Amino acid sequence: MNCREAGELLNASHDRELDLVRSVDLEAHLRECAACSADLRRREALRSVIVKQAPYYDAPLGLRKKLAGSLAPREPWFARWPALAAACLVLALAIWRVAPPPGSGAIAKEVVSAHVRSLLAEHLMDVPSSDRHTVKPWFAGKLDFAPQVEDLSAAGFTLAGGRLDYLDGRTVAALIYRRRQHTVNVFTWPAGRSDEAPRRESVEGFNLVHWVRHGMNWWAVSDLGAEELGQLPGLL
Amino acid sequence: MLPHLDSAYNLARWLAGNNQDAEDVAQEACLRALTFFDGFHGEDGRAWLLAIVRHTCYDWLRKNRNLRLLGSGEELDSVVDSAPDPEAEQLRNADQRMVRESLEALPPEYREALVLRELEGMSYKQIAQVTDVPIGTVMSRLARGRKRLLAVLGGTR
Repeated sequence: MNCREAGELLNASHDRELDLVRSVDLEAHLRECAACSADLRRREALRSVIVKQAPYYDAPLGLRKKLAGSLAPREPWFARWPALAAACLVLALAIWRVAPPPGSGAIAKEVVSAHVRSLLAEHLMDVPSSDRHTVKPWFAGKLDFAPQVEDLSAAGFTLAGGRLDYLDGRTVAALIYRRRQHTVNVFTWPAGRSDEAPRRESVEGFNLVHWVRHGMNWWAVSDLGAEELGQLPGLL
Repeated sequence: MLPHLDSAYNLARWLAGNNQDAEDVAQEACLRALTFFDGFHGEDGRAWLLAIVRHTCYDWLRKNRNLRLLGSGEELDSVVDSAPDPEAEQLRNADQRMVRESLEALPPEYREALVLRELEGMSYKQIAQVTDVPIGTVMSRLARGRKRLLAVLGGTR
């Protein structure tokens, strides 16, 4: 190996990027050549002075903070302001508690209208039967859901039959129960929302009770007393 | 990304030349890196980020300074002749200001190679990845950069 060849390898050797075979060759040359050895020593001196004296610029704290902020934009607002989120939640709950959910009032009116219509037009039942095994299959094919049909005679609500009706922009199942001389219309259709506890209402002299269970909307309406009607959610 | 922020800032600082510009560049580069993070499939996150820092820095300098990047060369070459002829001992006596100024006076492609090698401890392969040139080019840039530094800081030849 001559000095020109050695010169080409010095840098790589100095950077520990030289393969073993050529390292051995280079070392052999360096043992014999004072000039190349001096060259290598100067490179080593240069490295040590750079490492020792050249500033390494650490990122300023301000930049780190700024980036930490902007690198986490996916964190939702409610995680960053939990107090505000809690306040919003409380406010929403308060509004929900004080005012009935929007649309509920309108549906209550529809339910009452459907009830009155069923009594006036003498179109109370499409399938007059006290047998739930007659009523339930009758709905099949007429609805895109299977309504739960129970005979509640034991509790004083006698199943009188079933009917199709139209509420809340869709076809629903109407179950007719009798209690003494009172007629009770029970409407049910898929709710598409989570369960709601029974809530009593009174519209135009009729009592209503509404609940959501297992994804089904339930509305019972009658001129029956609110207390008696209020038993239905516990029975169905 | 934040684990390599010091490396990002250090490279930006050496290329941009002052704190304010380095901060702007490092910030923009990190945000770019975040945007393009989906495009990162390698295992060397630092080299990937530093490549973005470098790009961002050169874009930035081109826009804001009419590319005052190259051209310290002549100045250096004149120093070569007037350099005295001491041994490695004198090199070791170079103080912080001398080392910093001589590095800053290097053409940026030599400077970045040396910063990545000596301050970041990167391999030729990593430097090649960051600077987007073949390994042979990395080697020759390091060799030339060192030669100039040796001359300026009191080397021989």
